[in-house]
Amino acid sequence: MTKKVTLTIDGKKVIVDENTTVMHAAEQIGVRIPRLCYQPQLSIEGSCRVCIVQVKGYNYFLTSCSTKVEEGMEVQTNSPEIRKARRDIVELLLDNHPKECQLCERDGNCELQNLAYSLGVRERLFEGQRKRHKIEDSSVSVVRDAEKCILCSRCIRVCKEVQGVYNLSQHYRGFNTVVCPFDESNMDDSVCIQCGQCINACPTAAFLEKRHTEQVWEAINDPNKLVIVQTAPSIRAAIGEGFGYEPGTPCTGKMVTALKKLGFDLVFDTNFGADMTIIEESNELIRRLSSKENLPLITSCSPGWINFMEKFYPELIPHASTCRSPMSMVSALTKTHFAKKINKDPKDIFMVAIMPCVAKKYEIQRPEHIIDQNPITDAVLTTRELIWMIKSYGIEFKQLEDSDFDDPLGESTGGGDIFGTTGGVMEAALRCAFEKITKRKLDQIEFKTVRAVEGLRESEIEIDGIKLNVAVANGITNAKTILDKVISKEKQYHLVEIMACPGGCIGGGGQPYPPKGYEILDKKLFAKRANALYAIDKNKKCRIATENESIKKLYKEFLKEPGSDIAHKILHTHYHPRYPRGI
Amino acid sequence: MKINITSKDEVLANAKKELDEDIVKFIDECGKKDKSDSFLISVLHKVQDKYGYLSKEKLQAIAYLMKIPAAKVSGVASFYHYFHLKPKADIIINICMGTACFVKGAEAVGRKFKEVLGVDYNQITSDGKFMIMETRCLGMCAMAPVVKIGDDIYSKVTPDQVKILLEKY
Repeated sequence: MTKKVTLTIDGKKVIVDENTTVMHAAEQIGVRIPRLCYQPQLSIEGSCRVCIVQVKGYNYFLTSCSTKVEEGMEVQTNSPEIRKARRDIVELLLDNHPKECQLCERDGNCELQNLAYSLGVRERLFEGQRKRHKIEDSSVSVVRDAEKCILCSRCIRVCKEVQGVYNLSQHYRGFNTVVCPFDESNMDDSVCIQCGQCINACPTAAFLEKRHTEQVWEAINDPNKLVIVQTAPSIRAAIGEGFGYEPGTPCTGKMVTALKKLGFDLVFDTNFGADMTIIEESNELIRRLSSKENLPLITSCSPGWINFMEKFYPELIPHASTCRSPMSMVSALTKTHFAKKINKDPKDIFMVAIMPCVAKKYEIQRPEHIIDQNPITDAVLTTRELIWMIKSYGIEFKQLEDSDFDDPLGESTGGGDIFGTTGGVMEAALRCAFEKITKRKLDQIEFKTVRAVEGLRESEIEIDGIKLNVAVANGITNAKTILDKVISKEKQYHLVEIMACPGGCIGGGGQPYPPKGYEILDKKLFAKRANALYAIDKNKKCRIATENESIKKLYKEFLKEPGSDIAHKILHTHYHPRYPRGI
Repeated sequence: MKINITSKDEVLANAKKELDEDIVKFIDECGKKDKSDSFLISVLHKVQDKYGYLSKEKLQAIAYLMKIPAAKVSGVASFYHYFHLKPKADIIINICMGTACFVKGAEAVGRKFKEVLGVDYNQITSDGKFMIMETRCLGMCAMAPVVKIGDDIYSKVTPDQVKILLEKY
């Protein structure tokens, strides 16, 4: 049994388990000590000093995030001295921070700004030298603005602990300290996988996605361009948060209306590409199962994971599905078959993708996704960027009517919707593959054992005597566990789903910052967003990719059959090892 | 940086080529020990002693051979003043700019050094031999202005002595 410790906090007796921190003990009596560098999902850093408290017997303040409770401890979380010290600490952080909140992407949504307000910083008493760094925006996905960095190390910790990439570290010392990749290189030239979790973890705007909003406005206003937009499965589950909806409120119809109001000519659904991916990928799986080659098949939808594989585990490249991501499938089909059908030069089509993802901005400029010198996707907007555009345009999102996606790349089954959450690709693939293998309708199409809410799931699925060993991982540190077993051949899996971001796309690097009451990497928030997708799936008439009528038609008209030569040209891609190689 | 290195073996072979055999051997030894990461600073010292400074290529090689993420290696190397990330000259000329030396004409002496060697402060001469640096008080104010060339101290230096001083090296 865990030992209990009794202490007093603000004069109240508290009994907690030993090894509890003072910060958590205080929460039990309804005191939320202000904090900045502390995040429950990350290791303790204790660098910001905002969470200081007074403990009897110490003539200095202690950080409550890193101080464990002790028997008989007497803690004071509030006093004029503590309040003044906390305020001074935040004021000193601000002193070394650009005074341009109104020009900042995070204005109104910045933890430092909010903290300064709540701690009562109303005048600036300190005025000193400020660190100067250039904005590092030469990467295609992630922009680093070291002047806004407050050295809380949340980005370093998420990159190292959650993603296992360890691309960021503090360099130099004292006033000159800067957080950057090896040798201060830009993100593209480092081992960065472009997942964007550093952006989500940052309390300020020291990391941001590379903005594509300007080029999208420009295209919309160009009368010669047919501007088509597609939206990823997970956007509909998260976009509402930007407009005051409770997390987990599906907003598919309103989102489509908003996009049409913004001026997009056609709104397609990335879910269509997800269904398409499932058909091609399950075909790939069945082929590999019979030839017993390159098993397990590993999914390839997550561009962060693909970057990770190319930089850290290039040996696994033969295992990755050659399917383009659902986004790139929709784009490729739009700029080939669809363009031809509507008699439009692909160069006059501007394809925008709304993605929960920052790595997608990297994906679109890969040479494999450029056909005849024309990128198949022209711009990628994150969920955050789209929310901003809708607000900037003056659209009252909550008052919008629902509308439907446009044909023909707007139809999708429930299998496509769940792509947006961890285990979704696996579940959709299993629905499709088992139906193909057993040649009968499945009685139970929900595979709840693969919904890897805790980050990692392994299971054995058996239908009609056919057994498949499957594994699902989200967050690269979790994925590494599986990948190492694949390399060591410790276990023979048949199908592995990997999503770079914790929770899958619903926790992507381009998703809205957590609303009030939620933390970064918050499993409660992810569960709500995931439930929105499962609800959409449940309410759909068709839930298996093969039932998608538009896709059936497309194979008949154009692609012939899954895995055909033309399908390979349009829907598949390839990967290559990259340097620097990660450790 | 576009380098086509694909397999893990190639990456490691390349890293080994970058470093002296003895250092590679030392890293191998460290790898066998508990908490092998903790030998990073010893390795950095050895590499700097051998090559004079820690180049990007050397740091990357250390990272691969020690299996420590490169960002951590460059983070540690840049933290300590003792480690140099840029090439250093064979001989450092320190011009004391402490108050006494400054008042006694250190600035003019520095100007002369820059003129004769054709480089600015903190730059290395093209032959890699000299670098002129400004330094704070060397603690020999009575002998101002003071110049330190390598480990040798020169006192009451005047601009017209600069050429003669440099000829000794």
